[in-house]
Amino acid sequence: MREMIKAKAIELLENGTVNRVLGWKAGEFFYDLTPGIFTSREEIEETFEYSVFSAANLSKYLIAESRKEGKIAVFLKPCDSYSFQQLLKEHRIWRDRVYVVGIACDGMCSMDVIRDKGITGVTAVEEDGENLKLTTLYGDKTIAKADALLERCVHCKSRKVVVFDEMIGENGEEIPDSHRFDMVEKLEAMTPEERFAFWRGELSRCIRCNACRNVCPACSCEKCVFDNDKSGIAQKAAASDFEENNFHIIRAFHVASRCTDCGECSRVCPQNIPLHLLNRKFIRDINELYGEYQAGSDMDTKPPLMNFTTDDCEPSVVYERGGKV
Amino acid sequence: MQVNETFTPTIVAFCCNWCSYAGADLSGTNRLNYPANVKIIRIPCSCRLNPMFILRAFQRGADGVILCGCHPGDCHYTTGNYYARRRMTLLFSMLDFLGIEKERTRVEWVSAAEGAKFAATMNEFVDTVTKLGKNKRLEDLRCAK
Ligand code: SF4
Ligand code: SF4
Ligand code: SF4
Ligand code: FES
Repeated sequence: MREMIKAKAIELLENGTVNRVLGWKAGEFFYDLTPGIFTSREEIEETFEYSVFSAANLSKYLIAESRKEGKIAVFLKPCDSYSFQQLLKEHRIWRDRVYVVGIACDGMCSMDVIRDKGITGVTAVEEDGENLKLTTLYGDKTIAKADALLERCVHCKSRKVVVFDEMIGENGEEIPDSHRFDMVEKLEAMTPEERFAFWRGELSRCIRCNACRNVCPACSCEKCVFDNDKSGIAQKAAASDFEENNFHIIRAFHVASRCTDCGECSRVCPQNIPLHLLNRKFIRDINELYGEYQAGSDMDTKPPLMNFTTDDCEPSVVYERGGKV
Repeated sequence: MQVNETFTPTIVAFCCNWCSYAGADLSGTNRLNYPANVKIIRIPCSCRLNPMFILRAFQRGADGVILCGCHPGDCHYTTGNYYARRRMTLLFSMLDFLGIEKERTRVEWVSAAEGAKFAATMNEFVDTVTKLGKNKRLEDLRCAK
């Protein structure tokens, strides 16, 4: 796969389809691949990387990139393509300046998950069929890829690339029984006191690094409410619990009905706060109250929060159902 | 410090200019009683209510927040309250998901002619919030009095 992707990148550059390529390159460590822009064969040969750690969703970078001169090629996994289409729908990306290469995906891995399995000192990872071969400071190890997956891939909603100019590998299908709402349902079944305690435990770890906001394709406002120094909520310093609750409620609310559940926010959080649970709560409520909706899955349906029907339920439905839909 | 101090909640009522604010006015001119601890903030339309306004009201010491707007179908701007209805439904559900008492937030539709409904709604809401006691889960210690 890695070689096919690199060859495609070089081909698109050299035949003049595009003048630059958006892909992944090594970050500080080999397992934190970061987005990179490549403009020559040499650069691609030397620094382009694709592995089970290419989780970074590249679609957000196209907001700025598609405004530049010439066409850019981008590699999108299925989940990334939903974000891309959602941004197209919001007129944030110029489609004719982007050449999309869809890539088939069977899941991305996380070094955090591997470490949680008690394996440390990993210096190299190689895919070997269903397994990952790990070279570690303490000798070689093998682990099933399924045991090293990111949360979002364990509960992947769709393996289908929804927009592409060409595909590498065979396009997959939507996965209706992804069980991605299981944890939301578990929380809903708790008492409010238990839920409050659960979320204090999670949210009080937030250091307000804003990584979750910065990485999110839906969080792409030119001016963000949280950057307003006068608001008193721009900083974590000297904060009380209120600040954490406020940030997390508003962040999730601002992306509600546009969040494609791409999972990037939870992936980048240095404090491992399960932000996806907040997003999925909104998604689940929207599905239950206003009809099934998947952001980014098409170009023409209206996001539920930019839409209404005259017989929508009243907000009192929240008391009536006692927290559960 | 008094030990047996009775608790009077602070209530913030966001009222849209065209119906509910006039409804509140009417309840005043009709000399209907509603508690003085209900602070009314006039907004142009119920859909002007940014979810952050609600959180900020709690931050600054509100114990309950209620939004009043024109009845669905009667919004001065035709459709504002339909959008507000969806937003508030989802927001309240999220507050509940975080374990914050959902009874502290409410939406009621009050027309300009419903002075009596306005007073009754406020009396009832104040009772509910009084029973819940002080807002603890969304308070900001930096703003505590
Ligand atoms: S969420 Fe699905 S499509 Fe996205 S990286 Fe994981 S397995 Fe692939
Ligand atoms: S909120 Fe998280 S899951 Fe949703 S679009 Fe943003 S980064 Fe992706
Ligand atoms: S990425 Fe995590 S720690 Fe950083 S602001 Fe978001 S939730 Fe807080
Ligand atoms: S003007 Fe009253 S709800 Fe819109």
